[in-house]
Amino acid sequence: MAQDNIRNFCIIAHIDHGKSTLADRIIEMTGLLTEREMRAQVLDNMELEQERGITIKAQTVRTIYKADDGREYVLNLIDTPGHVDFNYEVSRSLAACDGAVLVVDATQGVEAQTLGNVYLALDHDLEIIPVINKIDLPSADPDGVAEQIEDIIGIEAQEAPRISAKTGENVRAVLEEIVKKLPAPQGDEAAPLKALIFDALYDSYRGVIVFCRVFDGTFTKGTKVKMMATGAAFEVTEVGTFGPGQFIPCEKLEAGMVGYMTASIKDLKDTRVGDTITEANRPCAEALPGYKKVLPMVYCGIYPADSARYPDLRDALEKLQLNDASLLFEPETSQALGFGFRCGFLGLLHLDVITERLQREFDLDLVTTAPSVIYKVYKTDGTMIELTNPSNLPDPSEIEYMEEPMVKAEIMVTTEYIGPIMELCQSRRGVYESTDYVEKTRAVLRYTMPLNEIIYDFFDALKSRSRGYASFDYELCGYQRSDLVRLDILVNKENVDALSFIVFADNAYARGSRMCEKLKEEIPRQLFDIPIQAAVGGRIIARETVRQLRKDVLAKCYGGDITRKRKLLEKQKEGKKKMRQIGSVEVPQKAFLNVLKLGDD
Amino acid sequence: MTEPLGIYIHIPFCVRKCRYCDFLSFSSSEERMEAYTIALCRELRAAAEEYAGQADTVFIGGGTPSVLPFALFRRILETLYEVFPVAPDAEVTAEMNPGALWTDQELASLFGESETASGRRPLLSRVSLGMQSAHNRELARLGRIHDLETFEESLRRLRRAGAENVNLDLMFGIPGQTEESWEETLRTAISFAPEHISAYSLIVEEGTLFFEEKEKGTLVLPDEDAERTMAHRAVHVLAEAGYGQYEISNFAKKGCESRHNIRYWKRRPYYGAGLGAASFLSHTRWSNTSDYPEYIKIWTDPDLTDRERLSLCRRDPVTLSAQEEMEEFLFLGLRMTEGVSASAFAEQFGKTVEEEYGDVLEKYAGTGLLARRGDRIFLTPEGLDVSNVILSDFLHE
Repeated sequence: MAQDNIRNFCIIAHIDHGKSTLADRIIEMTGLLTEREMRAQVLDNMELEQERGITIKAQTVRTIYKADDGREYVLNLIDTPGHVDFNYEVSRSLAACDGAVLVVDATQGVEAQTLGNVYLALDHDLEIIPVINKIDLPSADPDGVAEQIEDIIGIEAQEAPRISAKTGENVRAVLEEIVKKLPAPQGDEAAPLKALIFDALYDSYRGVIVFCRVFDGTFTKGTKVKMMATGAAFEVTEVGTFGPGQFIPCEKLEAGMVGYMTASIKDLKDTRVGDTITEANRPCAEALPGYKKVLPMVYCGIYPADSARYPDLRDALEKLQLNDASLLFEPETSQALGFGFRCGFLGLLHLDVITERLQREFDLDLVTTAPSVIYKVYKTDGTMIELTNPSNLPDPSEIEYMEEPMVKAEIMVTTEYIGPIMELCQSRRGVYESTDYVEKTRAVLRYTMPLNEIIYDFFDALKSRSRGYASFDYELCGYQRSDLVRLDILVNKENVDALSFIVFADNAYARGSRMCEKLKEEIPRQLFDIPIQAAVGGRIIARETVRQLRKDVLAKCYGGDITRKRKLLEKQKEGKKKMRQIGSVEVPQKAFLNVLKLGDD
Repeated sequence: MTEPLGIYIHIPFCVRKCRYCDFLSFSSSEERMEAYTIALCRELRAAAEEYAGQADTVFIGGGTPSVLPFALFRRILETLYEVFPVAPDAEVTAEMNPGALWTDQELASLFGESETASGRRPLLSRVSLGMQSAHNRELARLGRIHDLETFEESLRRLRRAGAENVNLDLMFGIPGQTEESWEETLRTAISFAPEHISAYSLIVEEGTLFFEEKEKGTLVLPDEDAERTMAHRAVHVLAEAGYGQYEISNFAKKGCESRHNIRYWKRRPYYGAGLGAASFLSHTRWSNTSDYPEYIKIWTDPDLTDRERLSLCRRDPVTLSAQEEMEEFLFLGLRMTEGVSASAFAEQFGKTVEEEYGDVLEKYAGTGLLARRGDRIFLTPEGLDVSNVILSDFLHE
């Protein structure tokens, strides 16, 4: 297929502006195969794929569109994660594209993430087609939104297709724009192979399935390839393209194409998103730019509830890491929780996604510790350590000073909520930078804030104070010296390492009190009074008491029905298993997570 | 010589369901009661054939055995004595409820001497009467059919009929009760000079009317501190009056402890006859079917042999492993204030209690909840209050 007839693009949008709906509609309105491929009976193959139950993730899909000019075009729609946590993944997906469709909600207008995504796309020199969606809604204001796009983003939008992805209205205009306005790829088929890995997943039959965009060269089954950053080399066993919901094998992948390859790759760490695939025997001169080993911003400990499942947790993390090079983990031990892993994430959402998947897809019960950012601890001996686990904080006497990561936050909000949002930012140690009115009733607030203030529950607080109208985006902006202390939680006088966290000194008391109150609710009463204390540097700053259990007795004998009595005791025993032993106190596993959700009061 | 048996006989009928009750019971017509009696007597006969052995305790419970027409009740007793050899000094108890009692003459025939297959003797040696409270308001709230006056009258008639060994059932932790009203209930009960008193802490079980109220939020119970004060008060007041606590909920004058009750805690064998009744024989526990029509059908179907009927009636038989027997030894034995004997454990299981449960004993050493004196291991009064927590630790992984 000539590169002229290929369009590689992505859809970018603020959350809920209709990205997925538009993608679904495009897939519906286009074909799966070219006429030539139909004759080649690829369908048989596909059924086989379906029987094996392989499904490709997300929405990366190849469709065939017969345009108004009478030609068939291959449209490769490459999915991008929609959240600021995944900026690196987004950037690699964008790097695989030649253009982007920008979807803006005709009722909401430009939002914080709209801007963030547009800037990213522009960074990658992508041609951008604006599309105004949800025109079927009564409150739609397409003209106003078109103006906004021009004013705020600075791209021509008067001609932008006005569509309803929901009803399908005018979606064909988007397809025509893609064909007419987005550039075709311009690779050199004869040059040495140069392909970008933008995603990968693990399939238990075939090993790692690598999603790639070929920039130069060609490869087929049997090609010996090399990953330029990791150095790993393989012989390709299959190449193919993406149908909706299945893999479609093909003969070869050529310059300009988007597809997948398998090569019996067992070690997930060999195929990093962002790496360049080249030929082992005829490597290209230099790798594609932009590869980096992504650095997590948030760390937390993840432990199996049942310590016997530690190896299962390790395997599960390894499998997830395949699709997600940004997930880091290394073994650690906690006095309270036993063996587990210190895991690094791009952000709190990423953390949520991973723990959710570990529980759902791998059937693991988990205990997670308080998330922490990476602090820089400058010691009196002149050395500096990057602290990812609060337990490893050196003795205060050895610390010269500490620094914490800062972010530049942009919050887009309607003017009526500016007051509450500013209060919130101030309470989170935000330093006000500026306010820009993007129109009469809407403004962008800019703050510099410590990352550690936004990783807990900032997003929820933001939503609740703006009735869901505020949108939020942030980027890291270096480290800043700060007065930080470690808050320790003691249960029955025993320090619970899994609950320790670093906190701004002035907030230690409030935070400690709330942790104690929350823990008091979470820990069931036991055979003795349990003091719960918060301490900073060995000094107790807050205390609660879980009162002793006074009654737990079965009065009746049920006419000699001992089996019934046994069942009751077994249930009780089962309950104890879901507890973690901390000294002589049994703490429910869910308590570790729940105490972190302190709410916003 | 085989170990003597206990026999439990279940009568699943009541005038109406009390609000706290989750036992197998319901109101019924006389025809149904007769059908049940026929089935029950057949079961007793079949069981005696299958599990030969002398009975030394019998307990007829419910439900309310005394709602049966007297002739039916009498027939059950006669069948019992006919099919099972009953030891001369056996404890034979029936539960009765104030407000559902037979005539003076009928009662007298139960406690006076009768001719039986096991010799001339009274048919009943003991009666357990559901007093529950001395306050009519509390009785009404529980859904009982009697008031204090009816209770007094019932007890007087039983004594007059010759009942020499009487238990009174009491309840605490019930709606509207105060520490004072409970103490009054205790003192009133003591004033009737029963031989035995059971004082049960109310447990709101799923499937009861109280449970529904609890879900709706209309059930107001004394708080935990008040409830425990009531429990401790009972131990104290009853001890002063000469009733020793021998089990979590049971108190007796010296020598009047219920032998049938103790059987359960000491894991001695018993056969349970009737709907849903539980049995424990030769290391195996099971229950009869709780399905009333099925029970009747099994015992009236002419095409079945008795052995088939016994087998069809039986639900969820579990033959206990050595580990499970050890667990029971402790979680049942420790309900008694005298606790368990370490040497008896070693003799029965071929290993010491320390070898098997060293970790649990250590966990509670010095807590003041579980104590050891010489050969005996027992729960302290504080330990009895929270016994479930401790007993569940004796279950193996």
